[in-house]
Amino acid sequence: MTSYLPPAQRIWWNVPVGRQEIVWITIALIWCLILFFMMPYWHVYGKQNLSTEAYKTTPAQYGPKVQAMIDKYTVRTETEQQIPVVAPPAGSDIYMLARLWQWWPILELEKGKTYRLHLSSMDWQHGFSVQPVNINMQVVPGYEMVLNITPDVAGEYGVVCNEYCGIGHHTMLGRIYVKE
Amino acid sequence: MSNFRLCPDTGLFFDKNAESLMKVHAVAAVVSLLVAGLLALGVALTRWPAVHLLPADQFYMFLTAHGIDALLFWIIFFEIAILYFAGSTLLRVRLAAPKWAWLGFALMLIGAVTTNVAIFQGNSSVMMTSYVPMQAAPHFYLGLILFAVGALIGCFVFFGTLVIAKTENTYEGSVPLVTFGAITAAIIAVFTIASGAIILVPTFLWSIGYISHIDPEMYRIIWWAMGHSSQQINVAAHVSVWYLVAGLTLGARPMSEKVSRFAFLLYIFFLQLASAHHILVDPGVSAEWKIFNTSYAMYLAVLASMIHGLTVPGAMEVAQREKGYTHGLFEWLRKAPWGNPAFSSTFISLVIFGFIGGITGVVMGTEQINLIIHNTIYVPAHFHATVAVGTTLTFMGLAFFLIPVLFRRQMILPTLAKWQPFLFGGSMTVLILFMMGAGTLGVSRRHWDMDFAGAALSFEYSGMAYTLMGIAGIGAVVAVISGGAFLLITVGSLLFGKKLEPSAGILQSFLGVPLSADTYNAKPEILPMAAPVEEHGSAGFEAPGTFVLAMVLLVSFIVYYFINWKYLASVWPLS
Repeated sequence: MTSYLPPAQRIWWNVPVGRQEIVWITIALIWCLILFFMMPYWHVYGKQNLSTEAYKTTPAQYGPKVQAMIDKYTVRTETEQQIPVVAPPAGSDIYMLARLWQWWPILELEKGKTYRLHLSSMDWQHGFSVQPVNINMQVVPGYEMVLNITPDVAGEYGVVCNEYCGIGHHTMLGRIYVKE
Repeated sequence: MSNFRLCPDTGLFFDKNAESLMKVHAVAAVVSLLVAGLLALGVALTRWPAVHLLPADQFYMFLTAHGIDALLFWIIFFEIAILYFAGSTLLRVRLAAPKWAWLGFALMLIGAVTTNVAIFQGNSSVMMTSYVPMQAAPHFYLGLILFAVGALIGCFVFFGTLVIAKTENTYEGSVPLVTFGAITAAIIAVFTIASGAIILVPTFLWSIGYISHIDPEMYRIIWWAMGHSSQQINVAAHVSVWYLVAGLTLGARPMSEKVSRFAFLLYIFFLQLASAHHILVDPGVSAEWKIFNTSYAMYLAVLASMIHGLTVPGAMEVAQREKGYTHGLFEWLRKAPWGNPAFSSTFISLVIFGFIGGITGVVMGTEQINLIIHNTIYVPAHFHATVAVGTTLTFMGLAFFLIPVLFRRQMILPTLAKWQPFLFGGSMTVLILFMMGAGTLGVSRRHWDMDFAGAALSFEYSGMAYTLMGIAGIGAVVAVISGGAFLLITVGSLLFGKKLEPSAGILQSFLGVPLSADTYNAKPEILPMAAPVEEHGSAGFEAPGTFVLAMVLLVSFIVYYFINWKYLASVWPLS
């Protein structure tokens, strides 16, 4: 009578399945298929999809690219650390560099314009978490990820590091401005 | 062959070796849970913003050890005990290769201690995931490897036991469903441990300087083939225990052997793909790979869990209805043995695992939705629903059952034991729901300070995020206290509980020394097949109450799933 004894019928796989289970399995299977097809559907009709563009890189290759953008488009600096605020033209390649324990530089973007955002780490793994809009990406050293982003609400955004990266992890905070 | 003891209360036969090994594994598990619980208190009181107890270095150390002690050591020690129970005890067969089994236990114990030592020496606060190129001390990895080898030996002792049972014909027909589920868990465990070896052995060699570089993305993909699959061991194991407890407390039989076994089989085929859940916002992974893997090939493993979600409570309902609780849709549930902690913990675990753990898991594992959840505190909310309420509470319930049956002690503090599952399940649910809320507001996991003290720039989370984290902290503290109640009852019963005959002394219970020789004189007969039942209900719905509950689950699932798409649609366009 119980679940911890061998099945009552030796040929248990020939025992017909009750209607209740068949109905439930059918409903559940349909739901599973909907769950599955929502993802390709969103690739076609949704606006939030991740590009799969990425390159192998090294800190020695990535660092100079970030610096070139900073040299060209810095509009001012902020804080005692002189963090550059960079305002690259709409549609251009923009770079954010993750390192212990900094997001570098500050980006100033225009609302409604699309940018090619490059992300990579100079040392350990980091988490690119734009708040409060709550967009989260994994930043992996040795890989340069390219995302096409279109910030559509103006404001001041924090870039939190949400992959643990050592004792100063909580001080790793960057910023993105989105201007009207 | 008089190596068996008959349990007078349950009619279960315990092989002398298996009994000792189950005891030591259970005790090691409970000690791990004790450590994990104490560490949880430190973690919770630090993330509760108004308390913010520990300094950053200790917080990360505690968090690393909490994850490893709770998720690996507590659960896997207990699972090996379950394998020996499902193999030897349920099939009435002697345990294969007991010396190997003791070696496995010794390796697991040495490994667990080694890794804990490494963490508390302070240079291995790398979190459970130990993502490279952040490096821990070599013995951090070595301990994990030893533990895994020990667990692997345990799996093969279990497989050997099955072979002996088959060749010695100790049971009629097919293995019981519970054993079948345990076989599922053990097969997934072998895959999991193999993945772990593939990544942890090179990482260990890297930590001592023999290998110069480990690719961090490769590490993530293979590590998670271990990390996520090991949670699927837990699912298979605790679903098996659900069936076991349904049988033990209600005399329930599976609604359909075919359906339940098929669902377990789906776990074996598809659960391993879940490594992808952790790679959804990583660089350079194709959308096709993500969609196929994150959905376990069209959600077939989710289908399996939805099937168990119907058939476990359905089996309970059918058993209750046969006892005469047939009034209305839910009399069977109202009249269920809620005062028996083995039953109540199983049912609470089932509900929270399904409604919260399952639904959040699918939502955050959806390719695009993951980007609004990845690495927020929503993630630990999800896995506390699956492993802290799903697995841990289930195992707690089984431990309550094992005190009289395996350890032959009467449980102390029975009233507290009666309430413990409700306290633990309830407070964990508070913790989970409020962490989910805070995660939705972007609060990060594995983060010492949501005020970002010392950062050059500033960012302020909303006041609501602080409130939610505070309430989650209260839930966590109550959960730790109710976990403490579990430890008080189990350890206290071992030490001070009234001895039941035939009874082991306390030293025997702790060291796993078998009872005196004359206890082992029962010779088990061949395990008979379950009594046949008359054909029932295949035309109608035999468990209508359960079907209603299942539909409630489905509707909640659909609503919550599309709410999250709606939320995703509100963030910046990305392509």
